[in-house]
Amino acid sequence: MMTRLSETADRNQPAAAEAYFAHDHLTVIEPRRGWRLLDFRELWAYRELLWVLAGRDIKVRYKQTVLGAGWALLRPLLAMAIFSVVFGRVAKMPSEGAPYPIFVLAALLPWTFFSTAAGSAAESLVGSQNLVSKIYFPRLIIPLSHLGVALVDLGIGLVLLAGMALAYGFGIQATILLLPVALLLLLLASLGVGTALSALAVAYRDVRHLVPFLMQVWLFATPVVYPASLFPERWRWLLYVNPVAGPVEAFRAIFLGRPVDGLGLATSLAISLVVLAGAVLYFGRVERRLADIV
Amino acid sequence: MAAPWAIRVEGLGKQYELGEGAGRPRSLYESLSDALSWVAGRREGPPRRELFWALRGVSFEVAPGEVIGVVGRNGAGKSTLLKILSRITTPTEGRVLLRGNLASLLEVGTGFHPELTGRENVFLNGTILGMRRREIERKFDEIVAFAEVERFVDTPVKRYSSGMYVRLAFAVAAHLDADILLVDEVLAVGDAAFQRKSLGKMEDVARGGRTVLFVSHNLGAVRSLCSHVILLERGGMTFHGRTEEGLNHYEARLSGLPALQGASCKGSLVGSLDFNEIVFRQAGARPEVVDPALPLEIEIRGCAHRSFEALHLNIGVGRDGVRLFSCHDTLDAEPLPEGEFVSVFEIAAGTLRPGRHVLGAGAYRQGMTDSIWCAEAAYFDVSEKWSSPRSARDAGAVNVAYRSRRSR
Repeated sequence: MMTRLSETADRNQPAAAEAYFAHDHLTVIEPRRGWRLLDFRELWAYRELLWVLAGRDIKVRYKQTVLGAGWALLRPLLAMAIFSVVFGRVAKMPSEGAPYPIFVLAALLPWTFFSTAAGSAAESLVGSQNLVSKIYFPRLIIPLSHLGVALVDLGIGLVLLAGMALAYGFGIQATILLLPVALLLLLLASLGVGTALSALAVAYRDVRHLVPFLMQVWLFATPVVYPASLFPERWRWLLYVNPVAGPVEAFRAIFLGRPVDGLGLATSLAISLVVLAGAVLYFGRVERRLADIV
Repeated sequence: MAAPWAIRVEGLGKQYELGEGAGRPRSLYESLSDALSWVAGRREGPPRRELFWALRGVSFEVAPGEVIGVVGRNGAGKSTLLKILSRITTPTEGRVLLRGNLASLLEVGTGFHPELTGRENVFLNGTILGMRRREIERKFDEIVAFAEVERFVDTPVKRYSSGMYVRLAFAVAAHLDADILLVDEVLAVGDAAFQRKSLGKMEDVARGGRTVLFVSHNLGAVRSLCSHVILLERGGMTFHGRTEEGLNHYEARLSGLPALQGASCKGSLVGSLDFNEIVFRQAGARPEVVDPALPLEIEIRGCAHRSFEALHLNIGVGRDGVRLFSCHDTLDAEPLPEGEFVSVFEIAAGTLRPGRHVLGAGAYRQGMTDSIWCAEAAYFDVSEKWSSPRSARDAGAVNVAYRSRRSR
């Protein structure tokens, strides 16, 4: 009787995260079967852990390297140089009239964010076996925390990009206000794909070997080295079925002072949300068996 | 309103898969070919997997502020119980209710990163264990002082000695402010002095009104910390009550399997002859681990449901799938009257070598016309302890008495 009462009391409580750590909180541990929705309240209650884990990865990332955080600048610069020579000079890719280096860098930064965030998230669950088998927390925190490192790199890269945009005389347009929107879409896409891959990697170890190739193919399926306008307008929506294509094109448009393709962005957003929802549901199924599998 | 319980476990069970199918991370190819053969109409289904209950039918309640010990041999289900209570794995059946917030210490230093400083790791580990940032800040100095690493808080922990590392890790855990604390063997860290300090801290925690569930092989620690114990055996709970009584039960059972559960007995005499108990004795006591330097007495207790004219009673000792030797209780087959019987075998000191041994027990009529054999009547471990420097050098599955000399 007592049990019944406190259970209902618990469910009717306001969505206060602190309830999770309160002294009268009642936890029920039961067998779980079938599909379950994500417990957002619980995830929010554990947000400090998310910051701490992301903070750990960020701190550790460039420790013991000579250049330190300089790598966050150097890597996109090197990639930009290589891509400019190969695709700009040799292959003569069209760049909608903009100088090829800044044309490719503006897309390379969000792409790199996506590929590192989703790629490292894919490895994350299998890699944090010592944590998963010793302590409970919402497992989704693990792939989520991997966005942190990539986000710091992106931030540093964006400063570089803004500097270059000014140097090339593009100036900062009002469209810069759309940057948070593009960033949010990029986060959603990366989180969806990363979560799906991390859960798949637990069930099928093959995924770890597949991810590098997947990312290579994906790079060329995304308008990074070529403009979206390379596709005839009738078929361009197909390009945006790729959830990363929208945000990548938006980043480029914002920094090169061009109009943003709203329809493309919306298409990518819709796909992103579908992928994310599916990924979170699938993750919930795998999460339960995690400690037994990993 | 004080609740009558802090932990309530109802009919808890956890099933695992054994055998080939248990390597759960299947390859994509397997899944695809399964799916294809299913589509193609060959509905064989996946290969049958062997299932096994690591824990079953366990129910108990723990009152708020109670310190309860969980004891049992390896594989009795202790870790499984802890993993379910700490929500690392989900149960297959039954349920658990926990009132208040819970912290589990299944190891010390979970999530510690060698590149980070002591300070950073305290915050990292504290958060992982469920402490809030403000709480860690408040207790930080106390934690560092307890660990005796004040001078090194801003040094990466990879430069710590293993003792400092473990002390810091334990200190964080020891300052957890949870209502329910699950503790697994973490006292076995650091040097003897720090172990005493840790035990003292645990005693403070135990007196501080926290509910503690303590899993340990250290019966001394269980005795001094816990008011009640739970005894787990082969996934089931066989005792729940006062510590003293529980530990007596446990120690009595350590050296033998009661009634030879599992019924692996075979032969035509099954039903007319039972083996009920096997007791191991060394120097008058029932050892947890067999000391190879002492003679080992193996006592077989059983019951004959009819009388036999001439019967051999025998035991066999094996390891790694090989029978090492067997012994008979009498020189010739002797009559066995109806009723209970006891046979005692004494294995000479220095015969057994370290490792896990299996004991079989049986009986047969002259000419093997009728027989009974219980292949895995009991298991026992022989410790790494040598009767002479020579037997430490010799290799093999068993020692034999021998003399040797060298000449030219």
